[in-house]
Amino acid sequence: MAEIKIKNVAKSFGSFQALKSIALNIADQEFMVLLGASGCGKTTLLRIIAGLEVMDSGEVWIGDRRVDHLPPRDRGIAMVFQNYAIFPHLTVFNNIGFGLKMSKLPEVEIKRRVEQNAELMHIEHLLSRYSGELSGGQRQRVAVARALAMQPEVILMDEPLSNLDALLRLEMRAELKGVLAESKTTAIYVTHDQVEAMSLADRISVMDRGEIVQAVSPTEVYRNPQTRFVASFIGNPPMNFLSAKQTSKGQWQVANQAFQGPQTQDKELVFAIRPEDLKPASSGLEAKVKIVEPLGPHLLVTCDVQGDLFRAVLDIDLTVASGDRLMLAPMQDRIRWFHPNTDKSVRV
Amino acid sequence: MTAITQKNTFKQGRFLFGASIFLLCAWVLGPLYLLLVNTLSSPEVVNSFPKSLIPEFDFESLMFFAHFQGMLAALKNSVLVAGLTMILAIAIGAPAGYALSRFDFAGKELFRVMILLTRAFPLPLLALPLAVLFIRTGLDDTVFGLSLIHTTLALPFAVLITFSLFSGIPTELEEAAWTLGCTRYQAFAYVVFPLIVPGITASAIFAFVISWNEVFAAAVLTIENRTLTAFLLQNLDTSPLHLKFAGGFILVVPALIFIFAVRKYLFAMWGIANR
Repeated sequence: MAEIKIKNVAKSFGSFQALKSIALNIADQEFMVLLGASGCGKTTLLRIIAGLEVMDSGEVWIGDRRVDHLPPRDRGIAMVFQNYAIFPHLTVFNNIGFGLKMSKLPEVEIKRRVEQNAELMHIEHLLSRYSGELSGGQRQRVAVARALAMQPEVILMDEPLSNLDALLRLEMRAELKGVLAESKTTAIYVTHDQVEAMSLADRISVMDRGEIVQAVSPTEVYRNPQTRFVASFIGNPPMNFLSAKQTSKGQWQVANQAFQGPQTQDKELVFAIRPEDLKPASSGLEAKVKIVEPLGPHLLVTCDVQGDLFRAVLDIDLTVASGDRLMLAPMQDRIRWFHPNTDKSVRV
Repeated sequence: MTAITQKNTFKQGRFLFGASIFLLCAWVLGPLYLLLVNTLSSPEVVNSFPKSLIPEFDFESLMFFAHFQGMLAALKNSVLVAGLTMILAIAIGAPAGYALSRFDFAGKELFRVMILLTRAFPLPLLALPLAVLFIRTGLDDTVFGLSLIHTTLALPFAVLITFSLFSGIPTELEEAAWTLGCTRYQAFAYVVFPLIVPGITASAIFAFVISWNEVFAAAVLTIENRTLTAFLLQNLDTSPLHLKFAGGFILVVPALIFIFAVRKYLFAMWGIANR
């Protein structure tokens, strides 16, 4: 129930620059996902907001309070850890009530809030158990209930689903989304899983080497990636890239095909298209089919376009075999262009 | 064919395994059993030959010690010194163990080696300068002085055991406690401490046993206020055989019981996970 402002936060571990002057505003009740590969600084940023890591410079504001000098307990945050961090010597009830007890709430209120949150996470039948007697999914539920019971202004989650198996992860993901929307809490969620990020986020901050590359809505980050890194990181199978040469103003040649593109001074750009934005046609990019993988609803076709790896997601009913030649026509409005040196997106 | 060979190899392995265990047990338990038999036998039987392997439950030798002059005072000294050693070793060792496990500081690796190095100096080498120092400072022949020496002996183990205990507790538990409203001290008191109490107890008992068993420093540094080991060493030298057995028995048994009680935590010291 508070907005978060992060101003010029930097952090180094020895000579390694984990965060390079991060600036980010998160709106009240927004669900912000920090997405990036391991080592990109996303967890470090989360821990700095939590107060578990000391930053080198910058400011962190939660609501209208500057909190970067405060210990974790005075920041109005609650955190869900990757390995759950359930206290093994306490029952589930006392785990969920731990923070409430520390803030000296009356017993009746503690009991009410513990039961309410246990019910919310469907663990009301486990209240007298110890963490050793719980499954991974149940522990995760306890961890979320414990955080929510604090009624924090901000809830921070560090890859909370990464230790669960695939099916459970899917189930918890949907549940988490519902529960957090209900709680009206601002949420920051760290993950390296782009599907998780897309499904949960109001906004995704894609991080790369200690910097936030792009912070926009999931659809926007998917449709209009700002850099080639974001384009290749988001989407599975990843976006295709081919080199393009400008033949005349706004006319680009890609693998012997002419395309309309940006009117720039550059001689060369990178042409990018998502695998699902390709259709087999009578004319288009000439592709030599190498591998055909039927994936149920679609056919994933891996091909070779003038020596470059190229993937297309096509209709399952298409008859195509390895060695075939396909003409793949990109949807004109889905084509994206990147600068070969800066890797930045170039608008048409 | 392979199945049979495998079965044979398996059998041989089992045999070797069993034999090794038997030998190790015999190595440890044999002498202990003989000690027990001779302690619980009358003086005549102890001095006769061949010896019986069955104790006759004669408590005469043990009863002798119950009335032996100075025995109770020595026992009291031993318990006091060992108790004080236990408290000092944990009070100094546990914070060091915590620091080693939780913080990165310059010279950490060197510090760990140094801890072990303290055990590299033979006590007899240090005994003379220590004795002189103790006499000068008035620490000689006191319970406190001796427990200081025993603390230095027990400290490396206390540090290593507690280091391994603290390392076994995920940092996230403490961090979770901080985010849930705890100060650093509260997190330690409500989360870390309850989890390490059993291990700390074990480590304390180990320190107790080290002090209880230590005889050299005790013999050199005390005259009037002898501990049990020093007292018995002094007196048993000139005692008949059956009393030597009984005296040895009195010394060994408490240490054995203590160590047996805390065995699983001592494995922790060598990095074997404690369950």
